[in-house]
Amino acid sequence: MDTSKLRYTESHEWVSLSGKTARVGITDHAQKEISDVVFVELPKAGKKVNAKDSVMVVESVKAAFDIYAPMAGTVLKANDKLTIRPELLNQSPFEEGWLYELECSDPSQFEKLLTETQYKETASKAH
Amino acid sequence: MKKTPLYDRHVSLGGKIVDFSGWGLPVYYTSILVEHQWTRSSCSFFDVSHLGEIEVSGPEAFNFLQKRLTCDIAKGQKGSGIVYGILCDEKGNALDDVLVYVGEKDDYHVIVNAANIERDFSEFKKYVTAGVSIANHSDDMACIAIQGPKSETVLERLFGLKLKDMRYYSFRADTINGNRVWLSRSGYTGEDGFEIFTLNQNIGAIWDKLTKEGKLLGALPAGLGARNTLRLEAGNPLYGHELDEETTPVEAGLRFAVSFTKGDFIGRVKLLEQKEKGIQKHLVGFKMTDRSIPRDGYAVLKAGKKVGHVTSGSFAPTVGSGIGMAFVASGCETAGTKLGIEIHGRVAEAEVVSRPFVALRHRKG
Repeated sequence: MDTSKLRYTESHEWVSLSGKTARVGITDHAQKEISDVVFVELPKAGKKVNAKDSVMVVESVKAAFDIYAPMAGTVLKANDKLTIRPELLNQSPFEEGWLYELECSDPSQFEKLLTETQYKETASKAH
Repeated sequence: MKKTPLYDRHVSLGGKIVDFSGWGLPVYYTSILVEHQWTRSSCSFFDVSHLGEIEVSGPEAFNFLQKRLTCDIAKGQKGSGIVYGILCDEKGNALDDVLVYVGEKDDYHVIVNAANIERDFSEFKKYVTAGVSIANHSDDMACIAIQGPKSETVLERLFGLKLKDMRYYSFRADTINGNRVWLSRSGYTGEDGFEIFTLNQNIGAIWDKLTKEGKLLGALPAGLGARNTLRLEAGNPLYGHELDEETTPVEAGLRFAVSFTKGDFIGRVKLLEQKEKGIQKHLVGFKMTDRSIPRDGYAVLKAGKKVGHVTSGSFAPTVGSGIGMAFVASGCETAGTKLGIEIHGRVAEAEVVSRPFVALRHRKG
């Protein structure tokens, strides 16, 4: 995966866009911080969300983490593999460990998200 | 944040430092899951230097501790016994849970929780009588806990100790690297294990030997995250969670740490009343029936009504599911009772189970 083509949020989600469909996951930095993912509560298809809404929860051994919607839209599907193998989120955050897909109400919002360079600056400042 | 004498070593080992009761300590080095499983299968060592040590000595020290703590100190053999007890207020509520190392002659070393050192010390001073001296050594003492089935072999081979005949919950004075230590066969994880107490300046060499030569024998450092999931599975209480200023040891299921036959002690009236008349608040263990994970503070429901709250909850690596402890109302405390735990806006099903959640593997005697 070429992570430079993705867009990012300050809350550590990544987004890829194809047409109106946005695929969302969490960054490598985020999976390291969360550590040991043991349960993923995935969103149901059809769920309508606004940008920055909490969409789902990722649970590690130590705590529960909210995952936020990067853009407004409707959930199309979730990565069901994570139900059986939540550890994919740690092992492959950008590929096999993607979280859900969203049909965006306004795909142009994608361009307003952080670029990889901007995200890396934000993430390094936070620590 | 306060730092233990091993702080720089945690940082250089890549430990992820968090604030624990005001102390900067590693929550993990690799991951909680890895360190938890390593402790159950091999051997881990933990920096627990944040624990406090208060020395109580003098001809009246025995009577003083019998009066101030819930446990019967006489149960501890002089020079080697360790007794677990609760420091209560007049109402029987817990101010701390402590371990008393019973010395040879009228000297007792009380191991207390880091968050409560100052309060315990002032509580002791408040009740001090003639013939009792109290000293707080917490800032001068450090401690490493070595836990897991290989602990005995690791310590014997690294430090030339003879440990086979040492009983569980006993201690002795010993020498490591030419320095005086107290060594106890004890711990918090449900595994066989040891704790080494020594002066701050002597702890670094012990840690370094464990990190450098222990690895080949199966010993790795572990952080507070694994210590917590291990103690939770072992059903051990953590002050601030299962015990606090609004909870008595009877409510927390710690009757074994309360002696009603030793004579008067602070809090006895209330605890005896609870023993005889029963309690309204019960500590239970529970296990989730689906994959969801309970956390501290979550509401506990029965038939849709709130009946209590979770005191400690986590994914339990050895059990393989979410488990926890909770305070619940009377009528909900029997094993097999179906409870609901409110998790992220929905109610997940749980069942009351007996503690510990895993078979304890420390020595039986």
